[in-house]
Amino acid sequence: MAEVEETLKRIQGQKGVQGIIIVNSEGIPIKTTLDYPSTVQYAGLIQQLVMMARSTVREIDPQNDLTFLRVRSKKNEIMIAPDKDYFLIVIQNPSD
Amino acid sequence: MSFCLCYGIVFDKTVEDNSEADEALDSVSIQSQWRKSQQSAQESRGCQTKAVHRAEAEIQTVSTTITGTQTEPRHQATEQLLQQNHNELESPGLKDFLQRVEDRVIRELVRNAKSHAFDGFQVNWEDHSSLVSCLHRLQHPSAVERGLHVTSVSWSCTGAVIACAYGRIDDGDWSTERSYVCTWNLDRRGLNPKQADLVFDTPTAVTALSCHPNQPALIAVGLYSGEVLVWDTSRTQDPILVQSGMSADSHREPVYQVAWVPLQKKGEFGVLSASSGGRVLLWTLDSDQGRLVLIDAYALVRQQVPHSSCTGFKTLAAAPTEGHSVTLRAPAVFSFRPRSGPVHSVHCSPFHRNLFVSAGTDGLAHIHSLLQANPLLSLRVSDSYVFQVQWSPTRPLVFAAATGQGEVQIFDLGRRSLRPAAIIEPGGVGQAATCLAFNCQNHNLLAVGKTDGTVGVWQLSGDLMEQKPRESSQLEQIANQAVG
Repeated sequence: MAEVEETLKRIQGQKGVQGIIIVNSEGIPIKTTLDYPSTVQYAGLIQQLVMMARSTVREIDPQNDLTFLRVRSKKNEIMIAPDKDYFLIVIQNPSD
Repeated sequence: MSFCLCYGIVFDKTVEDNSEADEALDSVSIQSQWRKSQQSAQESRGCQTKAVHRAEAEIQTVSTTITGTQTEPRHQATEQLLQQNHNELESPGLKDFLQRVEDRVIRELVRNAKSHAFDGFQVNWEDHSSLVSCLHRLQHPSAVERGLHVTSVSWSCTGAVIACAYGRIDDGDWSTERSYVCTWNLDRRGLNPKQADLVFDTPTAVTALSCHPNQPALIAVGLYSGEVLVWDTSRTQDPILVQSGMSADSHREPVYQVAWVPLQKKGEFGVLSASSGGRVLLWTLDSDQGRLVLIDAYALVRQQVPHSSCTGFKTLAAAPTEGHSVTLRAPAVFSFRPRSGPVHSVHCSPFHRNLFVSAGTDGLAHIHSLLQANPLLSLRVSDSYVFQVQWSPTRPLVFAAATGQGEVQIFDLGRRSLRPAAIIEPGGVGQAATCLAFNCQNHNLLAVGKTDGTVGVWQLSGDLMEQKPRESSQLEQIANQAVG
């Protein structure tokens, strides 16, 4: 457990990182550095987005798969590292 | 009674004794039983009971309590439980996962923080009108007939009502020509551009006008005669709320600008008025007396003070003070490099405390910093006069200038060239644009008043309204640049 916390701390220490959420494959947040409502909101919406992105990639080429997803917005960038059981969501404001 | 009878019987026996001699018999007396037996024994008894103890008790409730409970959304508790369970049950997988993705995520984060790939990148999602277009052309027919000019326009604090002052800008002579102030509510259904909602008559030309910053009904007005008035447009009978009158305190020359300024008491506003002659007076509203009360006076004195002195802070020295109840002060602390002609307008940037723009008869717009005597930037606006400049309330780098050639030029300092970003040409060549006002509520609207007596309400294009990323920092850069 301590190693998990250590890893999160290292990521949180990067420039401009505003929040980290780990979501399981059911879309339920299991670790977060954000407040409860935004965690639930991010987790639910991004899980849908990841599923959609993954199916898009695989439909275009069944041999291919989604490895990383970045969403650039006016205010920040959301990076999502997907995996079989979990997603790691990192919200970064690169201009901070 | 019983005694009498007894005696009677004794007497009878005596008679018998006399008749039968020598027989001495004792008298027999019978006691009368009459009534005797009936005489019952009488006893009187008394008894005393112990004192009865009585006690009264009352009870009254003096306090009430109400308690309420509310259940939290149910899923919260369950999810927190789940969360705990997951933490406990599935942490091994989590650890592996994190170790797998950590490097990649950190690499991307670092690269992203250094990247300039998206700098200045703009996405146009919304379909804003890219053109500046005229929405309304408002006019008061009798003012147009008489050839009056629009001298000032001001939006009410709600952004729905435009107030427009009529006067003359080409007439230097003293005149007592009657004039008007008109208001139009643009949100009103059936808006008639040729018929103002409200028309107020004034005894002389109106030279300045300003709507109250948070009371939609109040309008401060400065007249050519030097009078300052505040109208309450919600009172139809007698709209004049307060007036300065013509006293020793008031201006004796045309008032070229009025402005509402916050006073020390929170939420209270005073009226600041500036007249030619370099006199700037601060008034408070005494609505009981219907008067404006002078509370402070400032002077800018150099004999050729520009025709229009503005409520900003400009150069110059001390002033003669005769008959004023408040001593004139000359608080000018810094003087900016004089221009080649009178300054018609100054306006402080709403986004930077040190920046202001000024313009006048030289046809240039100068961006000044309060800290430097020389302008930071001078832009050629027009070959003619510039009557008013104003910063956009939404875009830090944008300002608009009304020119004597009739067009309004909108400049965007974020562009590489110093050409205007947009030019509004209301038509009617030779009719100068005398005044303009951005709408602080409806950011897409710009009102322009002209010498032909019309007020044009223009819809601005999207790129003149929406603040771009890093625009404030660009403004900061402009403000901080040093000019030799």
